[in-house]
Amino acid sequence: MAQTKYKTEPIEGYLHVAPEVRVEGDITVINSNAVYYKELNEVIREVVAGGAKHLRIENVNGQRYIGTGLAGKDVKIEVHGTAGNDMTMFMDGPTIEVFGNAQDGVGNTMNAGRVIVHGDAGDVLGYGMRGGRVYIKGDVGYRVGIHMKAYESLVPIMVVGGKARDFFGEYMAGGMLVLLGMNTQFAEQPLVGSFLGSGMHGGTIYIRGTVESWQCGKEVGIAEANEADMAELTPVLADYCEAQGMDLEEVLAEPFIKLTPFSHRPYGKLYAPM
Amino acid sequence: MPTSFIQPEFKVKIDYDKCHKCGRCVQQCGWGVYSFNERPIPDDSKCRACHRCVTYCPAHCITIEKNTLAYRENDNWSPDARKAVWRQAETGGVLLTSMGNPKPYQRIFDHLVLDACQVTNPSIDPLREPMELRTFLGSKPDSVQVESDGNGGFKLAEGEGMHNNVKLDTPIIFSPMSYGSVSLNVHKSLAMAATRLGTLMNTGEGGLHADLYPYQDNVIVQVASGRFGVNPDYLNRGAAIEIKIGQGAKPGIGGHLPGEKINKEVSGTRMIPQGTDAISPAPHHDIYSIEDLRQLIYALKEASGYKPVGVKIAAVHNVAAIASGIVRAGADYVYLDGFKGGTGAAPQVIRDHIGIPIEIAIAVVDQRLRDEGIRNNASIIAAGSIRSSADVAKAIALGADVVAIGSASLMALGCHLCQSCHTGSCSWGITTQKPELTRRIDPEWGAEQLVNLVHAWSHEVQEILGALGVNAVESLRGSRERLRSIGLDEQTCKILGVKPAGM
Repeated sequence: MAQTKYKTEPIEGYLHVAPEVRVEGDITVINSNAVYYKELNEVIREVVAGGAKHLRIENVNGQRYIGTGLAGKDVKIEVHGTAGNDMTMFMDGPTIEVFGNAQDGVGNTMNAGRVIVHGDAGDVLGYGMRGGRVYIKGDVGYRVGIHMKAYESLVPIMVVGGKARDFFGEYMAGGMLVLLGMNTQFAEQPLVGSFLGSGMHGGTIYIRGTVESWQCGKEVGIAEANEADMAELTPVLADYCEAQGMDLEEVLAEPFIKLTPFSHRPYGKLYAPM
Repeated sequence: MPTSFIQPEFKVKIDYDKCHKCGRCVQQCGWGVYSFNERPIPDDSKCRACHRCVTYCPAHCITIEKNTLAYRENDNWSPDARKAVWRQAETGGVLLTSMGNPKPYQRIFDHLVLDACQVTNPSIDPLREPMELRTFLGSKPDSVQVESDGNGGFKLAEGEGMHNNVKLDTPIIFSPMSYGSVSLNVHKSLAMAATRLGTLMNTGEGGLHADLYPYQDNVIVQVASGRFGVNPDYLNRGAAIEIKIGQGAKPGIGGHLPGEKINKEVSGTRMIPQGTDAISPAPHHDIYSIEDLRQLIYALKEASGYKPVGVKIAAVHNVAAIASGIVRAGADYVYLDGFKGGTGAAPQVIRDHIGIPIEIAIAVVDQRLRDEGIRNNASIIAAGSIRSSADVAKAIALGADVVAIGSASLMALGCHLCQSCHTGSCSWGITTQKPELTRRIDPEWGAEQLVNLVHAWSHEVQEILGALGVNAVESLRGSRERLRSIGLDEQTCKILGVKPAGM
């Protein structure tokens, strides 16, 4: 059952632009201007397989799947421009830093690695994420952090510097989600939408500020973050602030609340076996 | 007050004159029916008629009978309907059950008959002539370029032909059943059998246990909404990747593997903590449209070096349009699961009342894809109560490329259809994680049983092909002219594209 390796062919009716690759010192620079996503990602995988440790991708304009399925703990990729959907999906190790905004699906089912977005990001971030860290500087959309889960040493962490919409942390099964509400372009909007943590059965959500209980799912308990919680949270925030160039003291100046599920088995009593 | 209105469904009768008093029934029963006080004493209320004790009793002195006198006769309020009301009045719960829909819906396969050659077209003897069952799962090109081979013949031009197809030696594969819902020994049996048969087993949504790595070239790895055990390594091990959208037994709803079934091994394979519920949300939250599905299909291709990616859906009312969208989204195969398909656990109301028959789904999807000129872009896998080689042949004649068997494969391992998978106490050691029960299946024996079953069915399909006068299974695919219906109404015949017998 041999698999044939796919090589991107020019697509009829579309302008075909090959990515330009050049080496500047120890950085491999890829110009992705008008390059089709398949070809861009083929080149990324090729240069990483060839031993490149530091990549800089320039002129990114919505190309999908950058870093998807990519492995290698010591690989670092700079993305300049706007990263397309499903960036870093299934990623297993590398660090990706986006100088711009990212679209939907960042960190989808991610296993390990670091994602730093110096801008806003879209919907469905970190869906089913099992490990690694995602640091978003600004606002995020709907369904962020759905079904994040932890396993042994794999504990996913996502920090959002701005505000979030509905379904933040829905079905959450493990890991840590942090919402700061600081770097936002929606000053008049609430910190977070509705259905916060609905169906949650594991993990922790920390929020800088407060939420109303009607915003939360019925499975969620709200408490003020105590000293032990802050001891867990502070190193994460310190790391985030360093990555995003923010002041930790300013972040810690407001109190945090902690959301945890009432039960690890929210549906244990729903069924009557026949 | 009575503890329960529900009376035992079965009566366990022991002929004590013959009984050896050996206690084997006590030891064999996973439900705890028997206690032992000088002789085995059954508690009828716990019996699920799985026949484990009957099979293993050395004296053949146990009989399980239906408790016929339990309910006053009433055609409208069946015993099952009454039992459900009482159970829900006691518990307030959603009734949970397992295996396939047992309700007496019309079985369309049983109203279809196959053709055979007589006089004008010779039939073929499959014992002496080659009879091809080889099937390729995946997308076929719209056209191929050929060039001269220099000897007066032709050959495929460079780079032409089928890419990324999975070769199957028989058009029968095993259905997805997760490790967690079934035991590891069952998974091993299926994987070993698939390898020996040159066909595929499917992980279901439970990850791939390391013990199955030697068989990974014959494994479809599934990606469902809970994303359990899904990482780049998992995606790269399988022969193909399957996105599970729905299941015939429970269309439109997710799954909950209860915490009790998440032991250390299951937890490691699913990559979730022990003892917590494994909750698969109803939808994939990154798929809210056909465009989103395309995005996930290509994400999986990008992450796996462009392996074939299929999509499994339950057969529902609008299945043809949905399948068309799936094929246009770039899927290499569409897996259709009919409403009689099995499950390890599903709400009874969903299992028994949602979805459409697989026969209808195959016919309308095949027709729709042909009408739109995209039938070659994807294979069709059909499942949902394929009970025999006759069902295999009829499903293929209706338009399927491949069939998948789940319940039948478990029956090969001892399943007696007691519909109690969700209890986790399967006496046959199939749908349980209790070590004293799972060790009842030796994977080597299990693989042999499965190989025997699929070999037997494959031979029978060859016999059918011979009678039809064709020498390859692909000549039967979508050949509805070779089917006739008996006792189906005109509208159903029209939908199936099958004439009534005599026409």
